[in-house]
Amino acid sequence: MKICTILKQVPDAEASIRTSGDRVDLSGVTFVMDGMDEYGVEEAIRLREGGAQVEIVALALGPKRFEDAIRTSLAIGADRAVHIETDETYDAISQARILAEAVKKEGAELVFVGGKEADWDSAALGPALAEVLGWPHVDWTTKLALSGAAVEATHDTDSGTETVKVALPAVITTQQGLNEPRYPTLPNIMKAKRKELRKAQPADYGAATALTRLTGEAIQVKTRLNKLFSGDAVESATALVNALRNEAKVL
Amino acid sequence: MILLVPEHAAGTLRGSARELVTAGRTLQAALGGEIHALLLGPGAAAAAAEIAKYGVQAHHSEDAGYEPFKAQVWTHAAAEAATMLGAKAVLVPASRSGLSYAPRVAVRLNAALLEDVIEVDSDGATVGGKRFTYLSRVTESSRTTALPVVISLKVNVLAPAEAAAAPGAVAAIDLPAAASGVEVLSQAKASTGGVSLDEASVVVTGGRGVGSPEGFTRLVEPLAATVNAAVGATRAVVDAGWRPYADQVGQTGKTVAPNVYIAVGLSGAVQHLSGMNRSKTIVAINKDKDAPIFKVADYGVVGDVNEVVPELVKLLKG
Repeated sequence: MKICTILKQVPDAEASIRTSGDRVDLSGVTFVMDGMDEYGVEEAIRLREGGAQVEIVALALGPKRFEDAIRTSLAIGADRAVHIETDETYDAISQARILAEAVKKEGAELVFVGGKEADWDSAALGPALAEVLGWPHVDWTTKLALSGAAVEATHDTDSGTETVKVALPAVITTQQGLNEPRYPTLPNIMKAKRKELRKAQPADYGAATALTRLTGEAIQVKTRLNKLFSGDAVESATALVNALRNEAKVL
Repeated sequence: MILLVPEHAAGTLRGSARELVTAGRTLQAALGGEIHALLLGPGAAAAAAEIAKYGVQAHHSEDAGYEPFKAQVWTHAAAEAATMLGAKAVLVPASRSGLSYAPRVAVRLNAALLEDVIEVDSDGATVGGKRFTYLSRVTESSRTTALPVVISLKVNVLAPAEAAAAPGAVAAIDLPAAASGVEVLSQAKASTGGVSLDEASVVVTGGRGVGSPEGFTRLVEPLAATVNAAVGATRAVVDAGWRPYADQVGQTGKTVAPNVYIAVGLSGAVQHLSGMNRSKTIVAINKDKDAPIFKVADYGVVGDVNEVVPELVKLLKG
């Protein structure tokens, strides 16, 4: 079985975000493979370690700098990678259309997508990709097992959790709790340099046009009161409740 | 016209439904046409009668196949109704379910998607929205280049709509649930004592400083119960197995923006802040006066959670 894991490279969570004009300025920012995507690579490796015959193909759509994240995935354990290199801005839906073509050409039966992107704060790619492919998807997955030509997955819902059985092919979106991604070891980082990283272009997969465009980005942080009470527990708790009830007028 | 797909629990509208009406009315002012609503699953007729009070033309399909939620089944219904009624905009709440099927509806309708937005506007030809990005630190504005558009609306953000002078009509719609490749084997309710994290207007979150799972039972849960709050947890807490993953607030957990967020014994790592920094009033209790959580807090108590929290419970009950 062929598994595609979709990768994105995003600013490190610890990196401070600035704007320049009305756009986010990412110059000088440290980029990493999106932590949400690591769960997918790890899960694919675990399926293999569990005895399944799988080929793991890392798939990424983005600018040249994405190569670092792709190399990381190869060092963690992906077998090879396809980088659809572009400086074009696509939204989640147009990305899904391009990546779906790539998944089809690969003939994959299982696709892992990070549950929520750390740059766009978006959870749309997985469901949109599944829809273009005409496949079911399971999002916010915390547990996964192969069961013949299907997978059994436990995932978060609005009211709690749910275990579902889904016939393959399917898209699975991943999140924390699914597994503990391994770190690439030095020998594996060296080995990853010899693994195939094929370059492609959006046009190879039918391109697609974004139906939304970005018009502005701003850092709007709410000014906080920063009123601190300290000292005796009874006194500070009383002061807090007074402030909440009489000043903030809440609770 | 504008199509809303509100959520309900066995016939009772969820709080997000009236926010959908608010956003619907904003778009209606520029796009014209009527606002319609599609209610799905057992109880849909009662929920339709309820939403009609807001001047919305309500359609309901009671088909049991819409429960429990399945993304493909709801996608089919929303897309069919949108096509049938000629919707220029489809609005759903950005609940886990809404976030899960809105992108599919957009793909199926060949529409634009505005995801998890906090604000909408329209000039009649396009629709714009604002949303949070970069771990909730940036507010992004984006616009569609054309219509139709599918919008998932962040919950607990807009003012709920008031009832209209003239109620809308209520009618059954012939829209049976489609087949789905997903079979639900079992379901488990979250442990948050009935108040869902996504919809709660008050959230009490405990961190490592709470000390133990027993600390949650002794401190966090009574405080939450006193102010009718949902219980949240930090990543460190869920990693330690003190609370289930479903309770986690932060980058890899849930993003919440309640009226009041009470942080108990947590330091405020950037990954945690990204899940709660849009809360309206933030309260923090921590023994370390230099904890980063105090920088985003409106009110804070520097003190031992074991002493301060029981006092708070006593005072708030009084």
